[in-house]
Amino acid sequence: MTDEWSIRRIVRTMIPLLAALSVLQLVSGTVLETFEAVLVSNPALLVLVPVQIGTAGNLASITCSRLTTQLYLGTYELDRSNPDLRANAGAVFALAGTVFGIVGVAAWAIGVALGGTLGLGRVLLVSLVSGMLLAVLVVVTSVAAVEASYRAGLNPDDTTIPVVTNVCDIAGVLILFGVVSVVV
Amino acid sequence: MAGHDTARDVYRQALPVILVSLIAGLFAGTILGSETMRAGISEVPGLLLLLPAFLATRGGVYGSLGARLSTGLHQGLIEPRFRLDRRLTNAILASFINGMTVSVFIAVVTYLWLTLLGTAGNLLQLVGIMVVAGFLSAVLMISVLITVIFVGYRRGLDPDNVIGPVVTTLGDVFGVLFLLVGIYVVGVVL
Repeated sequence: MTDEWSIRRIVRTMIPLLAALSVLQLVSGTVLETFEAVLVSNPALLVLVPVQIGTAGNLASITCSRLTTQLYLGTYELDRSNPDLRANAGAVFALAGTVFGIVGVAAWAIGVALGGTLGLGRVLLVSLVSGMLLAVLVVVTSVAAVEASYRAGLNPDDTTIPVVTNVCDIAGVLILFGVVSVVV
Repeated sequence: MAGHDTARDVYRQALPVILVSLIAGLFAGTILGSETMRAGISEVPGLLLLLPAFLATRGGVYGSLGARLSTGLHQGLIEPRFRLDRRLTNAILASFINGMTVSVFIAVVTYLWLTLLGTAGNLLQLVGIMVVAGFLSAVLMISVLITVIFVGYRRGLDPDNVIGPVVTTLGDVFGVLFLLVGIYVVGVVL
């Protein structure tokens, strides 16, 4: 009988997953490294990085869990007029607007305190534009992932959430620096 | 009808968790934007490269430890006591091994990737920083998780609702802080 609580077993199952995950995260790392000069001279943008990463993953995991639950309850249906789907999407946009509005102002203030020179307008613009793009991405990816795992007969709880959360984390950094390169 | 939440309901339910992670993110961001950290970023090639991987694996390693302990408690396989139980010590040791192995792995992959990009990196420096940061995060995350899960469980809290926010919040804030400590320690030693 296999022992679910043996050290060897826990390590063997987790290490390949964690290794693959960290290699995947090097994509974000490479983007950050490319923008090193901009980041080091503008602390406000460095402040945005962890928030952007964390919020992307959080919004994605909330959306995925809700969609998955609705799938099991039988109220999920991929249709634009589906009230649950609309409620989820609406909430994600409202949450993104709230969070990234606060973050824009906070990152600007912290940036100034740390000796940065970037103006409030620009930091807020970067934060809100990248935040709203992120919300679109979260909604689209979550719906696509839940739909795909449903059709493939996989349990979305096991597969979808980790995958979507990580994809959104990485995409969060890509979007942030896409916007930074246009605005700053 | 039950099960049909409006956008407003979803917003209200999700906002607290999102705000907690926002505050944690701002703390982590402030440490990241501090003058010492920016100096470190300029001096140590590869630091920004490994940052997302380092933060993401915190969640993977300790989130799964939390989920495992929570399942064990619900199934009655482990007891919410600070005692040397085989299952409990195994789970803790395994997450420690996972955390340290992945930290070193990230340092090595970052070094290889830097070399491939044509930047000169210092393998010993990167491994050193990751070992220090990985070790400190392991000690902190394991102690806090066990305490929160056990104490919470005895008071009737479902650990499943606690693990997520605890791991995200502490993982990010202390991940960045311990990275800074790692840079400092390695700078003194090397």
